[in-house]
Amino acid sequence: MHAKKMQQRKQKNHLFKNLSFFMTLITITVLFLLLYDVFKDGIGWLNWNFLTSYPSRFPEQAGIKSALVGSLWMISLTMPIAIPIGVMTAIYLEEYSPENRLTTFIRVNIANLAGVPSIVFGILGLTIFVRTLGLGRSVLAGSLTMALLILPIIIVASQEAIRSVPNSLRDASYALGATRWQTIRYTVLPASLPSILTGIILATSRAIGETAPLIMIGALTYIAFLPSGPLDSFTVLPIQIFNWTSRPNADFHGLAAAGIIVLLAVLLFLNTTAILLRNKYQRRLND
Amino acid sequence: MLLSIKDLSVSYGKNQALKNINLDIEPNTVTAIIGPSGCGKSTFLRSLNRLTELTPNTTTRGSINYKEHNIYEMDPMEVRYHIGMVFQKPNPFPKSIYENVAFGPKLNGYDNNLQEIVEESLKKADLWLEVKDRLKDNAYTLSGGQQQRLCIARSLAVKPDILLMDEPTSALDPLSTAKIEDLMTTLKEHYTIIIVTHNMQQAGRVADNVAFFLNGELIEYGSSEKIFTKPFDKRTEDYITGRFG
Repeated sequence: MHAKKMQQRKQKNHLFKNLSFFMTLITITVLFLLLYDVFKDGIGWLNWNFLTSYPSRFPEQAGIKSALVGSLWMISLTMPIAIPIGVMTAIYLEEYSPENRLTTFIRVNIANLAGVPSIVFGILGLTIFVRTLGLGRSVLAGSLTMALLILPIIIVASQEAIRSVPNSLRDASYALGATRWQTIRYTVLPASLPSILTGIILATSRAIGETAPLIMIGALTYIAFLPSGPLDSFTVLPIQIFNWTSRPNADFHGLAAAGIIVLLAVLLFLNTTAILLRNKYQRRLND
Repeated sequence: MLLSIKDLSVSYGKNQALKNINLDIEPNTVTAIIGPSGCGKSTFLRSLNRLTELTPNTTTRGSINYKEHNIYEMDPMEVRYHIGMVFQKPNPFPKSIYENVAFGPKLNGYDNNLQEIVEESLKKADLWLEVKDRLKDNAYTLSGGQQQRLCIARSLAVKPDILLMDEPTSALDPLSTAKIEDLMTTLKEHYTIIIVTHNMQQAGRVADNVAFFLNGELIEYGSSEKIFTKPFDKRTEDYITGRFG
């Protein structure tokens, strides 16, 4: 009887390990198929010329320069807007706000915002930034819209991170005579920073890959110049890719695949930087 | 009288945790707070350095006079400089041993002889010899007992008068417990200690005075000898002889 139960438990134990391995395998296979497909089509088009040319009607002359620079412009304006607002909102909600219905209402709504379709943020951006504030179809309007879109992601991730800091650490800090700000600055933030950075990494990836809200606010699909300031018009990588894939000429599909490789490379670079930063802080915490 | 508690009542929302506590603490003594779980011991201890305020919806009535000043009319940060606290579970910061001890003095912008303060505090907490060559190591590399003594050193570094200890040895092995009990006896020369404990033997070993709490009320307060040999109240006797709790 006992031996039989034991046998069953062992089997279940084994089964679950194999099941989770199989699921992981599915994910990896799909990923590799995608990558294989993209690289097969795109690698032939990927060369220095592709990176340094503007888009063109002729596939051989077309490049991704304006979209690449536009994406970098957009992300370098979006993150400095979204990160401080997001992290500080999370700090307020977790450390300062009184426990009442209004706070709960705000929390629930922010969590909900994270699930609102991105096109809705595009409409909001078009109304507020492009028209009302008169920013036009500029990088700045795009970045502000994108910042709104990723704010809930940053806030929710930072809230989780701050909440996971044990209260015993806050107690220790207060008991030594620390003010609330000192407790946040020297105890809560250092302990939650690695998880906050993880949230920021996810948000950055989202911002780089998003297309719909930028199409909505009118980022152009054909641009043969580089933005020289935040008020210039622009395009971004996913829009350029989208544009190429919708052309009938098969050569443009190759260009789109090459564009995807560039997008993945940019994403990989930004994420690696963020992860290295996170590991540095984590190491400092564990030393 | 170093600390004089008058008509202290604390409630969390509608739930009254402490009812009209009156208690005087003499300087350079160890006072043990005993009583069954949920009797208000920890709330009492946390109200002495105003940590209770961190819990939302807490109301406090009555007064606690520290050297003739009501701490509830002082700045809470200032109160906590004079009245330090060591917690149930060792809670060092995820920083180096040195930074843990220097944390308190640094908060107040103190930095001229930090090194000296760190060394002195670690010596007082009887930890210096074990860590003097590894001050840069993370505090989490220490054993549980060492971590708790580090927390004591961290509290001492801001030069308090009173040290509150909330079941400081309940997470420790007997050897580490003995070390901390010995430490209390030496620290008593310069500090006043108030300790919450579940352990009757511990209260008997370290305390000069004992206060017995039950359901948020102070049932009996007197010298350790009297409480453990001739308790005045039947309920105290029942508790210390292990008939309930």
